[in-house]
Amino acid sequence: MSDTILVIVEQRESKLNRVSWETITAGQAIATATGWPLEAAVVGANIAPIAAEVATKKVAKVYAVESPKLEPYTPDAFAAALKQFLGVKQPKLVLMPHTYQVRDFVPKLATAMGRTVISDCIGFKHENGKLVFTRQMFQGKLAADVSFTSDAPWFATFQNGAFRGDQAEVGSGPAPAETVTVEIADGVIRNRPQEVFKEAKQAVDLTQAEIIVSVGRGIKEQKNIEMAKRLAEALGGELAASRPICDSGWLPMDRQIGSSGQTVAPKLYLALGISGAIQHIVGMKGSRTIIAVNKDSEAPIFEIADYAVVGNLFDIVPPLIEEVKKAKAAGS
Amino acid sequence: MKQVPQKDAPLKLSESATWIREDVSYEVNEPDAFALEEALRQREKHTGEVVVITAGPARAQQVLREALAKGADRAIHLEDNAFVGLDACNTARAFAAAIKDEKFDLIFTGLQSDDYGYAQTGVVLAELLGWPHATIIMQIEKTDGGIKVKRELEAGYFQFVEMPLPAVLTIQSGINKLRYATLIGIKQAKNKPLRKVALAEVQSAIGENLQKIERLYVPQKTKKTEHIEGPPAEVAKRLVDKLRNELRVL
Repeated sequence: MSDTILVIVEQRESKLNRVSWETITAGQAIATATGWPLEAAVVGANIAPIAAEVATKKVAKVYAVESPKLEPYTPDAFAAALKQFLGVKQPKLVLMPHTYQVRDFVPKLATAMGRTVISDCIGFKHENGKLVFTRQMFQGKLAADVSFTSDAPWFATFQNGAFRGDQAEVGSGPAPAETVTVEIADGVIRNRPQEVFKEAKQAVDLTQAEIIVSVGRGIKEQKNIEMAKRLAEALGGELAASRPICDSGWLPMDRQIGSSGQTVAPKLYLALGISGAIQHIVGMKGSRTIIAVNKDSEAPIFEIADYAVVGNLFDIVPPLIEEVKKAKAAGS
Repeated sequence: MKQVPQKDAPLKLSESATWIREDVSYEVNEPDAFALEEALRQREKHTGEVVVITAGPARAQQVLREALAKGADRAIHLEDNAFVGLDACNTARAFAAAIKDEKFDLIFTGLQSDDYGYAQTGVVLAELLGWPHATIIMQIEKTDGGIKVKRELEAGYFQFVEMPLPAVLTIQSGINKLRYATLIGIKQAKNKPLRKVALAEVQSAIGENLQKIERLYVPQKTKKTEHIEGPPAEVAKRLVDKLRNELRVL
């Protein structure tokens, strides 16, 4: 069967990763545009309940690709299992969320099949019968429409937040589910993963903050963090940072916003000297209002800012602290 | 390692609008700098040799020179403009062909590049070589039978993975603290071996790209952005006015 779209949802320790609903939404949109049928698959051990959960959505069929060797996750086992399954199924297009797990195995899988992945896409276009995928380039400064020049199956992964998971259409009845047992030979799995763990108890829960003042590389030196902290205090908000600041040890890791840190959606996100790398944006683009201060007028953060201040943060922040204090004093 | 446009360099589209114009400033891809640093640290702990490799035009040699100055022992440069336009699969094929006579135990790459951002080349290279791999690595220890690495997962989670050698690891930014090249290091770098590999030498290993950039463009804004301009004191007043009267957070 050709010209089928297959969404591979993500599960970890037998729980569906909610970002998978976004990929289902993307698959439904591409199905509508192209007329190709949409199917879904879940890969793992003891995953029938997840297949059933996915089958409630508007998809033609759900496959549970099973083997006891798929738990715990290893790239070797996942690539081997999917190579077998896709080799038989021969879908036209395979969609997955661009998670750390998918990044770990999908380039291997595609290479083993002699195919390619258009990774970290934020959308698609179907123009004159041609399907192209939009992805960010140069840290979001530019965008590219990318097409496949190879035979199917085509692999594409979607960035977290590119589609709305809550818009995944529900089917009129449960879709049929089929269990496909795959054989993974001894010796295929070379990595020996241990238990997943959390480093330290997260001291700060930034997801609850209504106001976040966040600093990036533009803060230049550790001693300047103090100034941002004073602004956060004046506003009654929390201080956060982009990854390089936490990597440098200027702020603890639990104040990091982005794909490897916390995902937040405060009323106000004030970005100071943050360029807006994709990995940061995915952690804060849901904020109700974004104010960005950056000296580089082309910084990608301005693409998603509601208010843009192109200028030196060291000129802007001190008077801003004073004005906020004045306003607070007048208001109380 | 890869040379990419500097983070705050203004980019201009090429005439075909499928790539950028070359007249920008370049720097080393940041995650690759952490990958090099980790390789140097592992050598300092366990002895051995650190070899750096890049693919790109003549300008990309700068990345190798800096790496040699920081302590790498030798370098390999796949030198041709054509390498810029290769997809992740072809880039990995070119590397695999260029190192076929080498006997490495570990290959380090940055977890992704700041230009394409595919996050694929290292994993594809592992598959081509038939080696195991692990991605987004934050720590590496030698064990009796191989290595134990710490993988970063999402949302603050981690996982230790034991694996045999040889292996490919993609390194996360921040795994270590970068060193600076010393004056003596810069001097010594000039005498370290740098092997150039021409496109013709690896041409038979690479094929047509499996994906194609149809067009490159400045993204259309989905959000209406209000610019607040003026002297800093004025900007501060206007921002506070917005915070108080429009956003109502003050």
